[in-house]
This record gives sequence, C-alpha cells and structure tokens, in this order.
Amino acid sequence: MSGWRWLEGAEGSYSWSFVGRVLAKALALFLLTNLAFAAIDPWPLLGRISLYGHLAPLRPRFPYGEQPDRSYSLSLSDMNALFGSHVIARPKAGDEYRVILIGDSSVWGFLLRPDETLAVALNDLAMTSGDGRQIRAYNLGYPEMSLFKDLLLLDRALAHDPDLIVWLVTLESFAPQRQLAPALVRDNADAVRRLAAQHALDLDLDNAGLAEPDLLGRTIVGRRRALADWLRYQLYGLAWAATGIDQIYPDEIALRASDLQADESWHDFDRPRDFAAGEISFPVLAAGNERAGATPLLVVNEPMFISDGANSDVRYNFWYPRWAYDRYRELLHAEAASAGWNLVDLWDAIAPQEFTDSPVHLTPEGTRQLAELLQPAIRQLAGEAF
Amino acid sequence: MTLAHIAAFTGLALVYGLLLPARLRGWAVLAISVIAVYWLQPALPVRYLDFALPTATLLLTTCVWWLTRPAGRGVTRDDGWTLALIGAIVLALALTRNLRADLRLTASRPPDALVVAVVLALIMAALLVVWQALHRLWPGAVLIVMMIALVVLFVVQKAEPLAVATSALLRAQTGQQTNLAALTDLQWLGFSYLAFRLLHTLRDRQTGRLPALSLREYTAYALFFPALTAGPIDRAERFVADYQALSQARGLLPSRLVIGGTRISIGLLKKFVLADSLALFALNPTNAAQTSDAGALWVLLYAYAWRLFLDFSGYTDIAIGLGILFGVRLPENFDRPYLRQNITAFWQSWHMTLSNWVRFYVFSPLSRALLQRRPRPSPLLVVFSAQVVTMLIIGLWHGVTLNFAIWGLWHGLGLFAHKVWSDHTRVQYMRLAGRPRLRMLWHVAGVVMTFHFVALGWVWFALPDTQAALAVFARLFGIGR
Repeated sequence: MSGWRWLEGAEGSYSWSFVGRVLAKALALFLLTNLAFAAIDPWPLLGRISLYGHLAPLRPRFPYGEQPDRSYSLSLSDMNALFGSHVIARPKAGDEYRVILIGDSSVWGFLLRPDETLAVALNDLAMTSGDGRQIRAYNLGYPEMSLFKDLLLLDRALAHDPDLIVWLVTLESFAPQRQLAPALVRDNADAVRRLAAQHALDLDLDNAGLAEPDLLGRTIVGRRRALADWLRYQLYGLAWAATGIDQIYPDEIALRASDLQADESWHDFDRPRDFAAGEISFPVLAAGNERAGATPLLVVNEPMFISDGANSDVRYNFWYPRWAYDRYRELLHAEAASAGWNLVDLWDAIAPQEFTDSPVHLTPEGTRQLAELLQPAIRQLAGEAF
Repeated sequence: MTLAHIAAFTGLALVYGLLLPARLRGWAVLAISVIAVYWLQPALPVRYLDFALPTATLLLTTCVWWLTRPAGRGVTRDDGWTLALIGAIVLALALTRNLRADLRLTASRPPDALVVAVVLALIMAALLVVWQALHRLWPGAVLIVMMIALVVLFVVQKAEPLAVATSALLRAQTGQQTNLAALTDLQWLGFSYLAFRLLHTLRDRQTGRLPALSLREYTAYALFFPALTAGPIDRAERFVADYQALSQARGLLPSRLVIGGTRISIGLLKKFVLADSLALFALNPTNAAQTSDAGALWVLLYAYAWRLFLDFSGYTDIAIGLGILFGVRLPENFDRPYLRQNITAFWQSWHMTLSNWVRFYVFSPLSRALLQRRPRPSPLLVVFSAQVVTMLIIGLWHGVTLNFAIWGLWHGLGLFAHKVWSDHTRVQYMRLAGRPRLRMLWHVAGVVMTFHFVALGWVWFALPDTQAALAVFARLFGIGR
C-alpha cells in the first residue's frame, strides 16, 4: 500500500534506542493518560455526550437487553447516557404538562413496540391539564423489579422538571432482597448511598456489591467496559434510527401459566404469615413520595393476571400466593391513607386474556385499557375539574 | 484470528527474532504454521471434523508438493525431516486428547492418536497407489486431476446444497443427527486461500514456471500462518525467496519491529475498533428487512462498505505485520480502493492478490484463447467475455450462490462499461490537461461514482438471497415499503 511507504525506510533507519524511546514514551503516555483520567474522573461528563438527538433520534424508553445485535439496545448503568438518549432530554415546551411514568417492565413495555407502551397510550388520549397545557407522558420504566431502582430513576428524573409522577408498583418490587439487586442500582453507588442516607432507609449497603471503583477502577483500563458499552450504545442509535426496533420480539410468546402449583410460598415466606417491619419495602415507596416533594405523585397498584386454572384458590398467579398479595394490598391502602399518598388500585382491572408472558405484562389492548383507567386520576391531579 | 491469537503470534515473533538461532528459523515458521492450521480452525459440530479438516489441509499440501516436484527430483533428507516434523506435530496434537480442554490447541477433543496414525498411513498409501496408476496410464493428467479435485472440494464446501449433503453424510458416519446438517458445518479454515495457492503451483508446474521447492519451503508457503485465514495470496517463488533468506538474515532488527509492530497496531485499530464498531449498524439481512426509510438504508450500506474494507484490510495489515516480524514480506492487498476514479482502478487496488491471481490464471489465458479463435472475434467481445468470466469466478470464490454470481456479474459489466466509456472519452479527458479545476471535478465525480457503484454492489454481497437484495435496491431508491 502506497500509504505505508513512509515506514519502508532502509533497514537501518531505526535503531534499538529509537525502539526503546518509542516504547518508553508509549508506556509513559499510557500511564499518564490513565492516571489523569482517574484523577479528573471525566466519566460523568463523557456520559453526557450523546449522538441521540443529533445523529439518531431520542429513544422513547430506556435501553435494555442482553442481545444488542438483535435488539439494537443494551443494558446500561450510566444515568447520563440513559437520560441523554431519552426523549425526556428534550427541553420542556411552554404548553407541556410533563408526566413521568416510573415502574417495571410493564411500564417499559416488554414485548410491546415503542408505539404501544403505556406512555404512548396516555398521549393518544390527548389530555390537557387544568391550565390548558398538553399532558405529555414519558416512559421511564425499567425492566427490573425493585422499588429502589424506581427511586433512583425518580431522583434523576426530577432534573427534567416533571409536573406529575406516576409510579406503578406491584408486590414483587417490594421484596427487600430485590431492592439493591439490579445492576443499575449497584453501578450507581454514590446516588444509592445519598438516597439511603437522605431518607434513612435501612438497607444493607455494605453487602450489596455496590460498584465503588478505586483508583485503578477509575482509569481508562478500569472503565473500559463502561466506555465500550457507552460507545456501542451510541452506535446502536443508528441501527435503532433505521429500524425503530429496541427489543427482540419472539415469533411466539409463551403465555403466563394459568395452572399453578398448590404452593403458598413467596420469596422467604414458605407459609402464610404477616409481614414484619423490614420484610416488605414500604419505606422505599415512602422515600419516593418524600423525594418528589411538591411534585404530585400518583401510586398505582398495577394490574395483574388473575388465574382461574388449577390451584387458583391458593395463588393468583405464578408470582403471588393469595395470602401475600391480599395482605400487601391491605398494607398498601393503609400506608397510603396514613401518609396521604395518591393511590389508585387497579390490581384486578384488566381481563386475564390481556396479559402476555408474565403476570404484569400487557397486550397493546390491555395497555390501552390501562391508560383509560388511569386517565381520571391523572386529569384530577393535573388540575382539570370534571 | 482473535486478539489472543495475534498477541500469541506477536509474542512468538519476539522470541523467534531475539532468541532463536538463525538456522532454525525456517523450521520454526513451518512448525508454527502447521500448529496454527489446527489452532485457528473453528470448532465444528460434526465430530472430529475440526481435526480432520486441518489434517486434510496438510495432506493436500503434501500431495500437491509431491505432484509439483520437477521431474527427476527425488525426496531429500530435508523433505524427510519435514514430513517427520509434520507427522510428529499431528500426532502430538492428537495426543492432547487426554488433556483438559483449556490445555488443548485443537477446537475440540481430537481423535485417538493411533487411529490418526493408521488412517493417515492408509490414506497416503492409497494416494500413492492412485498416483502410480495414473502416472503410468496418463502421466500428463495427474496435475489436471489434482486441479479438478481441488475445484470440486472448493465447490462442495462453498455450495450450500452440496455442503449440507456432505455434512449429512459425515453426520451419519459419526452417528449424529443428519437433519441438523448446515453449510457452516464445513467451515474449513483458510481453504479458499489454500486452494488458490495450490492451484497456482499446479498450473505453474504445468507451464514450467514453478521453481523446485523442498517440502519444507512448499508447506511454509502454502500454510504461512499470518496469511492462513484471510490472505494475501502470495506467489510461491516470491515467498520462497524470503523464506530461504531467513537462515542468513540477522535476528529481529529494530526496523522490522517498528514497521511490523506499526502495521499490526494499525490493523488492530482498523479491524477491532473501527470495523467492529461499524458492524453494529452495518447492513445485514436482519436490519435490511427491518428498515424501510431510504436514507437510513443508505447509512447502513455505507457502514457496510467501510466495515468490509476496514475489516479485510485490517486483517491484511496484521498478516503483513506478523510476516515482517517473522522475516517474510507478504504482498499488499489494498491500496486505498475507495479513492479510485474508476472501477478498473478499484480492482487494481482491492484484494489485489486475488484479482492478480484471477487476471493471471483466468483473464489472460481466456483472452488469449479467444483471440486465437478463427474467425477472430471482435476485441470488444473478447474483453467483455474475459471480464465477465473473471469477475464471475471472483464472485463464486466467495461462495457458490446466485447473489455472489450476480455480484461478480455486476463488476464484470461495470469493468466492461468502463472500458467502453474510457475508450470513448479518452480524447475529452486529454483535453482537460490544461484545465486543472475541471480535471479535479472529473476526478472527484469519478471517485464518487465508483464508490457508489461498488457500495451498491455490496448489497448482493451482504444479503443471502436475490429477493432480499432486490427489495433493498428498491427501497434505497424510495420504491416500495
């Protein structure tokens, strides 16, 4: 290749001392760059750099997935990259009443196309607030069952000036062992510690495996996985822009089980008994309400699949024994009443045939029905009298 | 080659250059190459096939060397030692069968060493009998039979129905499910390149151009490990000149380290950073079917064009860099092909060693043969036929499918169209000599048009069937969904 001719000097063009100098300089540069990177820690700033909104359109929901080559999306833990690629990064319009939806995979829209999610269904209702602003919903759901993960996203989302927060919850997200389990939580140790301290949450942070990088971990070498993921995520934006696909849709969906085991266990509870303090994570839900401050927050007990198959007298579905779910609902109503939370309980509001592969994942029609059911509460909180 | 392979070869190069006595260098290159045939072979689902195919590579190489020896050249002591070394490596690799998987160099557990030895001995004896019979009956046919055998093997491996049938046959022999047979079952590492190297030596022996080579020189040429997986396709006489000089050359010179090391580094950047990043959104059958917007499809197509170039030329850089570290200068394969002003110049700078090979062994003989016909055909017809056939062969070299054939035809017609165009516009082009701006405009327009002609041709290359390719063509120009 003619471009290489500069390298093809006579055999004696380079000496060992030249090689030594090059290697020494390369090593010095490598060490200095890594140390400078660790000292300055520009990662939070780098994460803010995004091709989304410039070369690729902003995404309507957060990236999530383990097969990026097929879904053009991947699970990321960097909050700046997540929010920087999301439509919520757009400046809020003057006539916009901003509603953010927080919750698990049912809010995110598992097996639903980007235009079939709850946020889109709510926007299709073309609601307006009491002062005439257009109500616009944003999908900030993330497919992990953890209230603390929701709290983390809520905390970050407040920077985007929401007018209303709608937080969809289900019992599974209240299990204490799930709170710090998601990678999204473990990789955001600073925010986790801050939120736990601010709201006096009794969480075992020291044994949660929080990622708190040391000096080596803050170097380029230490951050290589995060850097590579960030770069891949930016590039997948172009594939996402071309295809509009952000998750894998199987040809056939294995439906949630209707015939159930005669099993009354739920997580660490092998038989029915009351929840003791600390065995169900209401304090995290309370922290979210506190964190929202003056921004109204609507807690929604999300719809779930109710089986009428074998052993449905023992369990509602694959996830929940009846005793645990019934007790959870009682406690949820009691907590909401005593703390003054806005609560809508839609646990049995959607017909069983509208659930897909899990007890909380809805069909597009089920999602549309859920939006209709949420409409009155949202209108009310948005200040429209009717 | 993975990063681990490249790192290991680079490390070996340093030991080779700094510590190994000069007289052993040729032997070391041979031994590393033979081991690399097994080490680089990907795992295959058919039992023992990922050991059998590398062994077949060695057998074929040895057979073709035997056939391409000049008349009267016997077997020397050096040849005997080479055969012993190759046999010892094969048996040693088979003996690793009882080691832990992570200590083995083969893709999966090799067969029993005794079975390997017996089967190899039987095959070699059978081949010798066939050779003697053929040699006695029809001496001139031996080389032709070998060439045909290589082409048949090539077609079987590259044509899906034949590959699937062969895989099913092999699966039946090993007691595996035949309905799972697939084209990828016969993924034979580097066979496309090996076949062309062997064919070159067979043809050159026919024409008397091939110099006398020892088994060691011949095997090192055919299997030189940096060029095993992705070329370039060197010429035997050029390679052997470097190979013979290994025992006289000084150890690892700083120049070689700088030039080879730089070349490897740039290859790594091109392949593992740039090409692999572009691969995330480059055109492929899945995203082609999912994309309806014309603008987005163009982005995917551009990404594919650059990814292909950076991937392939990156591998070539790595191969050339490793070659330099080991003291062998492999030929260049790319010379800024996307900056060429016309399709003829593109093919003089893209995969140059393949296009030179096909020009030398197909285009020129075919053109000569056509020109010798009576009545003599028109020169344009000769050029048309030779270019189309040449490019069809280049297309089918990548895989025996309709899309690769169309891709070859696309370029054959493009080359012919350019020939006609340049014949007609030569005078106008000469007149631009005194008008540099217009000449520059002509040049830029040529580069843009050539790049887009090549990029559009990649649609046939990237997609598995004609219908999908036609649908993409339609959508690229705003027709259809």
